[in-house]
Amino acid sequence: MRPLSLSLLICLVSVSFVQAAEIDALLEQVKAVGPKGQGNLVAQQAVLKLSQGDREALLPILHASNDANPLAMNWLRGAFEAIADDTLKSGGELPQHDLEEFVLDTDNAPRVRRLAYEWLAKVDESAPDRIIPTMLNDPSEELRRDAVARLIEAAQGAVAEGNQSVAHTNWKQALEGAVDEDQVNTIVEGLKEQGEEVDLVDHFGMLMSWKLIGPFDNKDMKGFDVAYPPEQEIDFSAKYEGQLGEVEWKSYQSEKQDGEFDIGELVANHKGSVTYATTTFESDREQDVEFRISTQNAWKLWLNGELLFAREEYHRGMFFDQYRVRGTLKPGENVLLLKVLQNEQEQDWAQDYKFKFRVTDFSGRAIHPADDRRASR
Amino acid sequence: MQRIILCLCAVLTLTISAVADWRQFRGNDADGLSSVTVPTDWSNGAPIAWSAELVGRGLASPIIVNGQVVVTASSGPSQERLHVLSFDAETGELQWERQFWATGRTACHPKTCVAAPTPASDGERIFAFYSSNDVVCLDLDGNLLWYRGLTHDFPNASNSLGMASSPVVANETLIVMVENDAESFTTGLDTATGETRWRLDRPRAANWTSPVIMTDEADGSLHVLIQSSKGVVAVNPKTGEESWNYQDGASTTPSSVVSGEVVFVPSNGVTALKVGESNPSVPEILWNEGGLQPGTSSLTAADGRLYLINRGGVLASVNQKTGERLWQLRLKGNFSGSPVIAGKNLFTFNEDGEGFAVELGDEEGKIVGTHELGETILCTPAIADGAIYVRSDGHLWKIAQQ
Repeated sequence: MRPLSLSLLICLVSVSFVQAAEIDALLEQVKAVGPKGQGNLVAQQAVLKLSQGDREALLPILHASNDANPLAMNWLRGAFEAIADDTLKSGGELPQHDLEEFVLDTDNAPRVRRLAYEWLAKVDESAPDRIIPTMLNDPSEELRRDAVARLIEAAQGAVAEGNQSVAHTNWKQALEGAVDEDQVNTIVEGLKEQGEEVDLVDHFGMLMSWKLIGPFDNKDMKGFDVAYPPEQEIDFSAKYEGQLGEVEWKSYQSEKQDGEFDIGELVANHKGSVTYATTTFESDREQDVEFRISTQNAWKLWLNGELLFAREEYHRGMFFDQYRVRGTLKPGENVLLLKVLQNEQEQDWAQDYKFKFRVTDFSGRAIHPADDRRASR
Repeated sequence: MQRIILCLCAVLTLTISAVADWRQFRGNDADGLSSVTVPTDWSNGAPIAWSAELVGRGLASPIIVNGQVVVTASSGPSQERLHVLSFDAETGELQWERQFWATGRTACHPKTCVAAPTPASDGERIFAFYSSNDVVCLDLDGNLLWYRGLTHDFPNASNSLGMASSPVVANETLIVMVENDAESFTTGLDTATGETRWRLDRPRAANWTSPVIMTDEADGSLHVLIQSSKGVVAVNPKTGEESWNYQDGASTTPSSVVSGEVVFVPSNGVTALKVGESNPSVPEILWNEGGLQPGTSSLTAADGRLYLINRGGVLASVNQKTGERLWQLRLKGNFSGSPVIAGKNLFTFNEDGEGFAVELGDEEGKIVGTHELGETILCTPAIADGAIYVRSDGHLWKIAQQ
């Protein structure tokens, strides 16, 4: 016998079902939840009441999730799944038409659309075939990934059947929507076997041209919080006293096919040092973007003089899109400043002094500089 | 009166359930010990009662609460989807699944995954914790009770290699270690609301160990022992107040184990500590043995013996009182999960998915059975109600007589 669950206990002292009029109020209480447990007590009562509701609450929850903060989105998701699960287990039906409308409306938040899609697909076997092929350029990373996966499968099938022309068409279409590294690599291999090379630097939008200045001192890892002159001004004509003598800005261009910008290789692997890298990024409008960074080194990033993020971690691996930092580009020229720090570890695996840097939309699609797609290279 | 009887019934049911449960990493007392009897005749392979398919990745151990087997998983190209799944322990049938979106970083080394920490339970609630430092609290029916995003709260609290520390519950508090190179802390969350009871700044160094619980035999009070590269600190679970501190360094991978009033710490080999008699704020070192070198697996202790597996896959039995190595037994392969003990038998699985049932004798250990699961196993098994539970990325198995 299972002991009385918390939700049952709460049920005994609360209304057994949620009136439609209450739903909006409950949703607002859940959406008020904030960082560090702020609003948890009120949200807890509200989410449990919501979870006791029937399918009428499903669409309001989805719509409320659109502008919820990331924590509240999860609280709301919990209520949505509890209701949807109970509805199906009790032999009820989900509002399929409404769910599909919600999925197809790209004004809704990508993650929430995906949630609606997954529950729709549980009850409508034809939904994936109907919806996914239209999602190749969708703002939802997950919906687009499924569309790409279908094309990859079609390409692989065509290759197996010896139909190179159909395979090529599918590979090319797949590449158009692909943003995830694993899918892109599969497509690149497929095209390579057909004799076609893909410019990964261009596809991912890697920034390959930077001006560097350094080294400044980071012995004993004490340079992280030291504001060296480039943090005060970016003056390409200036010279400063660095770790090993006078330093000045110099231009460097990486030619690496994987988009790496290797300070150790282009300049030197100065142990216990700081190097600043700067470049400009032209935007044709104000837009919210993600700066996607990969590095084993500690780093700080400024956009137009504003510190966006700082990370003091050394040599814990380098992964594609390791860090995602959001920022807003202004119309015209934007100045990026990256502070990259090397420590003094001596192990073989702790010698990298490099980074990858790209600008994307929130789904990972590359955003190229407006002035010249190739200018950043 | 009727209400009182109902409450008493509920308390009695919870107490009985606790005995049959395996509520957190290495069991209710976080020591890897179970009092139940499990099948040891693996001569024809271990008896598999059922297996169930899982989604995505996961190396968190299963926990067993009131007849439910709860596991976590992470899926998606960046493992940003967090799963909690509950299976009927009797049948293996999926009872419910809930999914959430990670609010913290999901980057990790390919060997590990976002669903690395083992969930915990107080018998009424399930606390799922992930490498992204998201904490999900559900009731046993899968209803969300509260949600915290600790990297959402503290954006530099992350480890690019991934986190793996499993939380423990003590005194209505969920103790969660979020220790890393940048924004490093351990926190105590109110199990009922998820609100922060306390937060301790901790050494800035990646740390994959899990807290363990020590009971003060004099007054029955609980202490949570938090291990790091600096040593071990004992804190009051409800307040975070420090009661003693051992500062001679410790491993950041295998965790300690408590047996009675002694804690065995992977520190300079292995070091046995107990609360100091003259000064309770300074632990007394009972012995230190530098030749004992645990690998990734955490320590286990039972019946006056301490057990550890080194990097070479050799299991050692050690006298708890002296630190003397009594016997050793070569297993096979590399071990990421930790061994668990039921009665006179120890069970462990290597990374290649081969399980070992070892009879623990005074003079020697003897492999009495092996079983090939055929998939990578990185988790620590769980034991409850006459069964052993183990999981890979793709499957959950129940080993029990049918």
